[in-house]
Amino acid sequence: MNKMTEGMERKIVIPGELIVAGEEYLPGEGTEKNGSEIVALRYGLAEESNHLVKVIALSGVYQPRIGNVVIGKVENITFYGWVISIDAADDAFLPLQEVPKYVSKEGLSEVLDIGDMVVAKIIGVNTRGIDLTIKSRGLERIDDGLVIKINPNKVPRVIGKEGSMINLIKDNSGCNITVGQNGLIWILGKNIEDELLVKKVINFITEKSFISGLTEEVEEWFKNEKGGNK
Amino acid sequence: MKTPRVTANRIDEYLSSGKRFDGRKLNEFREISIETGISKKAEGSARVRIGKTEVLVGIKMDVAAPYPDSPNKGNLMVTSELLPLSSSRFESGPPKFPAIELGRLIDRAIRESKFVDFEKLCIKEGEKVWSIFVDIYSINADGNLVDAAGIGALAALKTAKFPKYDEETGKVIYDEHTDVSVPLSKEIPIVTTIYKIGKSLIVDPTQEEEDACEARVVIGGTAEGTIFSMQKGDAKEISIEEMNKVLELSKESKKNVFSKIEKFLK
Repeated sequence: MNKMTEGMERKIVIPGELIVAGEEYLPGEGTEKNGSEIVALRYGLAEESNHLVKVIALSGVYQPRIGNVVIGKVENITFYGWVISIDAADDAFLPLQEVPKYVSKEGLSEVLDIGDMVVAKIIGVNTRGIDLTIKSRGLERIDDGLVIKINPNKVPRVIGKEGSMINLIKDNSGCNITVGQNGLIWILGKNIEDELLVKKVINFITEKSFISGLTEEVEEWFKNEKGGNK
Repeated sequence: MKTPRVTANRIDEYLSSGKRFDGRKLNEFREISIETGISKKAEGSARVRIGKTEVLVGIKMDVAAPYPDSPNKGNLMVTSELLPLSSSRFESGPPKFPAIELGRLIDRAIRESKFVDFEKLCIKEGEKVWSIFVDIYSINADGNLVDAAGIGALAALKTAKFPKYDEETGKVIYDEHTDVSVPLSKEIPIVTTIYKIGKSLIVDPTQEEEDACEARVVIGGTAEGTIFSMQKGDAKEISIEEMNKVLELSKESKKNVFSKIEKFLK
């Protein structure tokens, strides 16, 4: 077993694959300790720092976390709120009191009807389920625009370092873009062509997510795309 | 997740101006590619790709008793399985409505067109006939599985060769294939589906577009215009004027598809 160098080498592992052996290592996210061996539980990139071994997943469904902004679809209306599908293993729940205005028990479907899309924030993940809120800036019902779905593990690439990628796309397309951590993306532009341009560039990013210097590549992409249109 | 309503509205809006999200025309198919003979064990097989959609079709043959109402005709059985690997919407287990429907749509087109000469599949009247099993598997579902399965069934049947049959023991020897092809007629049933979104009619939708569609008509027929089978699906209605447009578009798309798959059917 070749020892991994501190925070440098990343290797691709598959579930069940031995990442590193030795009592000094601790299992982190996406890994499991089996005797003295650290074994991968997810398909992804394995990395180690300060003896903590973890796997950055490259595929699989979205794992809900507190504080994540997600985009969901209203699946059902109950007496106390809305059941919302966020494309995770379980459905989420948006309670009545987490809506920023007073809602009567009869008026639930006027706020959010079945099939509506909504930008919401996760405020709780526990054994009872996932709880959402829309009591914050930028959290609202989606009335217009385009909602597309990408692999949730590629969301960090679409956003980029400190939002560099998403700002680049916003500047070049003039669209408003909200990226849900669950892989759903809401694009709202002045016309459909602009929105489709964003859809196209996001697909380009997800396909090329493994290369470094992606921001420059996308800049180049926009130049070509604009040059070709004129 | 199914395409959200907001996206569906955008698709409809864009179609009204005569454009599609991927830049195709309303009556334009994605690229069709066909590979035949992909399975060594099957009597005939084909892999069909339409854009990102991919299906496998295999033909198996067996000797069985004929049905009492057709003692001198062979049997045909078309089944399909929508594999969980092809889409997050499909679950393993007994076939559900979409899988059963897919099999029956293809079955009906082949059967009613008399594409397969069933009388030539008879070995001994009332006792032994050849049974043809057409199995359809979805490998990747990105819309328009029906048309892909239809093309696959044609290509697989075309390449299928009878296995050896031992008359004395009454057993089929699957390890040895003869050079005899399945008896086919010249009436080639091409299955094409016309989808209605808002007021627009389109062919070959992607999954996104298929979700947005409100009605569809599956038509099996020849490129010359003969119609063998037809089925309407989904909730919305289709007016008489629209139906005329559907038939026109269907004929046009059959010609289009036929020109692309012609070389595999010779």
